[in-house]
Amino acid sequence: MRRIGIILLTIALLLPACAVTAHAATTAEKGGGLDMKEYLFGHIGDSYGWHVTTINGHHVTIHLPVILHSSTSGWHAFSSKHIEEGEVYEGFRLAATGEKHEGKLVEETADGLVKPLDISITKNVAGIMFSSLLLILIVLSTARWYRKHDAMEEAPQGFAGVMEMVITMIEDDIIKDSIGKDYKRYSPYLLTAFFFIFINNLLGIVPFFPGGANITGNIAVTLALAMCTFIAINVFGNKHYWKDILWPDVPVFLKAIPLMPVIEIMGMFTKPFSLMVRLFANILAGHIMLLGVVAMIFLTASLGPAINSGLSVVVVIFGVFMDVLELLVAFLQAYVFTMLSAVFIGLSRQEPETE
Amino acid sequence: MSLITPDFGLLFWMTLIFAILFFVLAKFGFPLITSMVNKRSERIAGSIRMAKEAEQKLGEMAEQQAKMLEETRAEQARILKEASQARDSIIAQAKAQAQDETQKMLAHARTQIAAEKESALRDIRREVAVLSVNVAEKVLRKELGDEDKQIELVSKMVDEVARLS
Repeated sequence: MRRIGIILLTIALLLPACAVTAHAATTAEKGGGLDMKEYLFGHIGDSYGWHVTTINGHHVTIHLPVILHSSTSGWHAFSSKHIEEGEVYEGFRLAATGEKHEGKLVEETADGLVKPLDISITKNVAGIMFSSLLLILIVLSTARWYRKHDAMEEAPQGFAGVMEMVITMIEDDIIKDSIGKDYKRYSPYLLTAFFFIFINNLLGIVPFFPGGANITGNIAVTLALAMCTFIAINVFGNKHYWKDILWPDVPVFLKAIPLMPVIEIMGMFTKPFSLMVRLFANILAGHIMLLGVVAMIFLTASLGPAINSGLSVVVVIFGVFMDVLELLVAFLQAYVFTMLSAVFIGLSRQEPETE
Repeated sequence: MSLITPDFGLLFWMTLIFAILFFVLAKFGFPLITSMVNKRSERIAGSIRMAKEAEQKLGEMAEQQAKMLEETRAEQARILKEASQARDSIIAQAKAQAQDETQKMLAHARTQIAAEKESALRDIRREVAVLSVNVAEKVLRKELGDEDKQIELVSKMVDEVARLS
């Protein structure tokens, strides 16, 4: 039994190596090594079309709508297939490497390259739409179980049971403990944030369409999430919270200067800022690490088949390890974001200590 | 670097989609699930509490039952004791009464006997007196059949009276 297992494992490990060697050979034939920058940024950055795969040198790309507003020519909406290879369409073209606004659509005017107001449905936007739809489907199907069953009499099983377990865990362990008595007002937001981050983290690890978009590793996304937390903290903060910021219990000369209020007001912004950067950096780093590990296979292609296949085995093993680690990070970062948001909200709802 | 500068278009769409997502989930999703789960856990906690209470009540009832049994036993013993006491006292009383009655009857009998005796004696005396008078009469008649004897007797009697006076 054990021997069969070893043989199977050996074959399984050799297979990708063979495939990779073949691929590397074709790449080498084309005379181009791996363009590391394009490779990395193509995967972790945003783009106008969603590149799915390349079959026999033919790019399979999902074209997404481009929506632009130029100050000179007004609104424009067209498919991304028109600007794919850098051609000019309706006066717009992709800024080439080295130019200003590299990788973005620009308009050539008399004042030089001008970036129009760009609200295109990019790869990341499409990814967010997809994951949000998926999330709505998941949560509403779970909610449907509760509509159809008498939850007082029975507990859900299967998928709804798993969802109930996770929701209960987040609500009981994080939200209830951190916020306190009126946690119910915040729990929908915090649960939404948790599941949004978690599902996007997971989809980010999936290497093929419709996963693979680097959504939670994009600073605009984490900025929007952090802004929501900022609003939740400050809009519903109580009197005690604002007093602690503007007139804290410290010697008067510290407030008169006013040193403490300035620090506290900075603190208001650093809290969500840290949330934004933490999530962004963690997920981005995970993606870059994974991509870097996989790139090793292509980078060593020129060193000969022996080294290449040997290293490929190592890379695959290491890649599996990294993937498992990223699974942990995917959950952990969603958990941490939710927990810190809940803690910050809880601090803004704190009642003054009665002595 | 485009990596660390948030893109406006993406930010716009992200905010919009997230707002819609939040609205949908907060309205139709999470509150329903969490409230149902809370209700269920409350119900389970309530059931456990009720079971505990029932158990406690059952224990109390068993205790009460035992106490009642004990009380009944004591009552039974008391009643039995009382009954035996009553029986004893009744018997004693009856005995005393019987004795009393016997005494009374005896006394009555005695007095009656005495009275009978008395009356019998009286009758006998009277009878004897009548008999003796009759005898005396007969004797006298016989003795005083002749004159001499009558005169002798009268003189004797006169003598006697004279002697006496």
